[in-house]
Amino acid sequence: MDYLLTEEQKMMQDLARKIADEKIRPVAKELDETCKFPYEIMKVLADSDLFGVYLPEEYGGFGGGVFELCLITEELSKACGGISVCYAASALGTIPILIMGNDEQKKKYLPDLASGKKLAAFAVTEPEAGSDASAIQTTAKKEGDHYVLNGMKHFITNGEIADTYVIIAMTNKSKGARGATAFIVEKGTKGFTFGKKEDKLGIRASATSELVFNDCKVPAENVLGKEGTGFIATMRTFDMSRPGVAAQALGIAQGAMDLTVAYAIKRRQFGKPISRFQGIQFMLADMATEIEAARALVYSTARMIDAKKGNVAGVSAMSKMYASDVAMKVTVDCVQIYGGYGYMKDYPIEKYMRDAKITQIYEGTNQIQRNIIAANLLKKFRKK
Amino acid sequence: MKVLKNIQILEDKCVGCQACLGACPYGAIYMEGKKAKIDYDKCTLCGSCISKCKFEAIKIEKKAGFKSAVSLEEAKGVWVLAEQKNNKVQSVSYELLNKGRELADDLRVELTAILLGSDIKEEAQCLIHRGADKVIIIEDTILNHYQSGTYSAVIAEIIKKYKPEIILSGATTIGRSLVPRLAIKLNTGLTADCTALEIDKEKKLLLQTRPAFGGNIMATIMCQNHRPQMATVRHKVFAEAIEDQKRKGEIIEEKPSSELLCSDIILKDIVEEIEETINITEADIIVAAGRGVGTKENLSIIEELAKALDGAVAASRSIVDAGWIPYSHQVGQTGRTVCPKLYIACGISGQIQHLVGMQSSDVIIAINKNPDAPIFKVANYGVVGDLFKIIPALIKRIQSSSK
Amino acid sequence: MLNIVVCIKQVPDTTDVKIDPKTNTLIREGVESIMNPFDRYAVEEALRLKEQHEGKITVLTMGPPQAESILREAISMGVDEGVLLSDRAFAGSDTWATSYTLASGIKALGEFDIIICGKQAADGDTAQVGPGISVHLNIPQLTYVKKVEKLENDLITVERLIEEGYEVIESKLPCLMTVVKEINEPRIPSLKGMMRSKKAEIKKLSASDLDVKAEYLGLDGSPTQVVKIFSPPHRQKGEMLEGEVSDIAEKLFSVIKEIK
Repeated sequence: MDYLLTEEQKMMQDLARKIADEKIRPVAKELDETCKFPYEIMKVLADSDLFGVYLPEEYGGFGGGVFELCLITEELSKACGGISVCYAASALGTIPILIMGNDEQKKKYLPDLASGKKLAAFAVTEPEAGSDASAIQTTAKKEGDHYVLNGMKHFITNGEIADTYVIIAMTNKSKGARGATAFIVEKGTKGFTFGKKEDKLGIRASATSELVFNDCKVPAENVLGKEGTGFIATMRTFDMSRPGVAAQALGIAQGAMDLTVAYAIKRRQFGKPISRFQGIQFMLADMATEIEAARALVYSTARMIDAKKGNVAGVSAMSKMYASDVAMKVTVDCVQIYGGYGYMKDYPIEKYMRDAKITQIYEGTNQIQRNIIAANLLKKFRKK
Repeated sequence: MKVLKNIQILEDKCVGCQACLGACPYGAIYMEGKKAKIDYDKCTLCGSCISKCKFEAIKIEKKAGFKSAVSLEEAKGVWVLAEQKNNKVQSVSYELLNKGRELADDLRVELTAILLGSDIKEEAQCLIHRGADKVIIIEDTILNHYQSGTYSAVIAEIIKKYKPEIILSGATTIGRSLVPRLAIKLNTGLTADCTALEIDKEKKLLLQTRPAFGGNIMATIMCQNHRPQMATVRHKVFAEAIEDQKRKGEIIEEKPSSELLCSDIILKDIVEEIEETINITEADIIVAAGRGVGTKENLSIIEELAKALDGAVAASRSIVDAGWIPYSHQVGQTGRTVCPKLYIACGISGQIQHLVGMQSSDVIIAINKNPDAPIFKVANYGVVGDLFKIIPALIKRIQSSSK
Repeated sequence: MLNIVVCIKQVPDTTDVKIDPKTNTLIREGVESIMNPFDRYAVEEALRLKEQHEGKITVLTMGPPQAESILREAISMGVDEGVLLSDRAFAGSDTWATSYTLASGIKALGEFDIIICGKQAADGDTAQVGPGISVHLNIPQLTYVKKVEKLENDLITVERLIEEGYEVIESKLPCLMTVVKEINEPRIPSLKGMMRSKKAEIKKLSASDLDVKAEYLGLDGSPTQVVKIFSPPHRQKGEMLEGEVSDIAEKLFSVIKEIK
């Protein structure tokens, strides 16, 4: 399907595809095995100006938006979902500064993030606060011109690698949902250390780590927005970043399907290529259709967000939920088509299945996404 | 409409068979109704279509152009540019003398070798023993080690004096640097990396055949109106001439004019990189590893097999890119071309880019666990199996026989 | 300021050009045209020299109008200017005429310090044009360069790859060098570069803009000519060995013994 990309968007897509094919594909398997962070590839992305595509020109970005971010994430994910998430997660950590930051904060942090000189990370999740984000226990106590943070975050993508972190901490527990605040915390701040690096099922090239705050002093000017707007920052950030996760899922699904179609044409059983069997063809047809439907949903959502047209929460949740569910289904079926070879690590397809799973879980599990979709739907009907 | 002055399709002869369309590497021929037409924006006058047309409906006209430094009428004799390193003649020169002898005999002319160096009189005799009727030597300390400026100036002067009709040279780092310079200086044509050379008996011209498009196509080339006809040949394409110590010939010492002996490039150092394993382009037996070997550590069984066979270790591009082994071991389109007696491909899938680097090996053995691997299409012996079982068994068998 | 000229060529993606052995015709479906892979290394080396020494890079190609795309690709990598030598009179050039034409094009550009070429073109594979240009321009040539060690005061020192290792050679500028793949890793274009290349103006020169003699151009200026093309000898599929590992090892050993 031709999504009528502009020439500039096509250029970005081609560039991302080139990097995916020439730089990411050759190392994807090795980084998946060794769990080594793809520093060289992050440098290539930075040198190619891709980190800033969604950031305003005044900060060194390209002035594009979520749509461009999705195009690039999708292309990189076709080669490796673990490497592409390092790029996408940096965007996740940058968006809060973009949408809630004041001029000084934006001037201070965005240029380095746009150039890829520094990476970002976004930290909400804690051992006792996953889907129930309001249960976070990290505290931020105001003391004069700074706040003292105490607590721990875990499962943070780009943890320990990123230089710039957006941390959500409780400033006033009694206020419930209005008691959290978003802080910008830089790596190297006294009292800010890192804990365990997780050993994951998939996206193993990316770093997922614990963040530990022990009387960590953060200057008051690092508060994003106002005190108490932490969860609003989180919701608004996720509204914009969900299509990015969806794009990652899309890329994983597409990459898996492309390999599988080529395999089905080559693999011969019963005297012919297995692609001639209707059973296989039906599976491929379903995959192709679901991926295209997911893509149409993701792209439309991204365009809508960039056009700043109305309430995006519902469709944003739909795009993430649908694309990730499709990715999981498609990759499982791809392994099935590969048969026994699909189960072997020598063949690239099992990695896609392992990488797809997380897209149904992070940035809001698909169950939470359904909550959001239903809530939006019912709200619309109640208004009538 | 603008036309290319040199090429045209003779409409009355064109039957519309479209054979020429398929022959054109640049997509420059299309059909208009039942007649073929040329897209002059794309045509490069390569001439591939002409050889395909069975109806002589395509004509390329070529004017004589400029004249070469050696005239057609005066040119006579087959020459070999011999190479020396440290005043020792390199074996590629003996290979050229072998082919040169054949060509000279076909044309009933003399075979002459030319050698530059600082102390080469003795070595010149070796060239006679290998088939040269005459050897022209030029000795000077400055000619001890190859340098593009002096060598090309000196040799061009000698060629203008003696006027050979054919010159053969090795397609070595020396040859490929030197001979293009000579071709320009002498206003004549050069065909590089020839894999076959023979005389067209009718026209008494040298037919030079070489691979193009990365080895996917062979082309035969002629240099009709310019002399000398120059060709370079890669090492090991032809067999060495047999040595006949009783053979006699003439050694001519030439002294070039002194201004030709000034070098515009200064040689500061020669660094020899003696590798633990043999230079793969010289090896007779090569054991090559691909992605199927799994990890860098597993390369040790490949190295062991190579050692047991006294051969060299080579690699596919993917393991060089992965950093398991240096680029100097890479075989393929973007690496080295090898033609050993035996090439054992282990865990290599056999993509075309790899095949172009080794498919002219005498015998190819392939071991791969994927039965659909393209390497099996070119292997003389194929084994679908686990290389981690087969190679150790093979090593054991080799070692047991040598005990 | 260093004035660098890089000569590049547009070639068919050679992995795709094949002859159908059954019909002996060229299979050309979707053969893409790309910048000669070796030339990317030449462009990259020019960019690195410019980063170290301050200078200007002009990239030059001789080809049909569509060759413009590789000039733009070089500009997207960071080259300053692209020049296309295009004229029907150039068609049919072999390496003699090509090196003559490129040399004339370089002369028309003005002063230069270094000319950089890739080692060879992936379609012709002859590696003759670089040295040919240096003779036409009467400047020293440095071939098979795998590293530029030093560039200072109009003197360049390089490592030249030879079979047994490498030479360290020094030359005065201006000179020409051809580079091998060991020299660097070509960069991927940046988005800013791609935007710039889209807007860039490509300078176009035809035969009348150059100081050339017609008898040295195109087909007439080409001493060599292709008289035949055919597909390389086809390797037949061989024998598949089966059985126990020890049996296979035995069979392989006997094959090897015969060869040795």
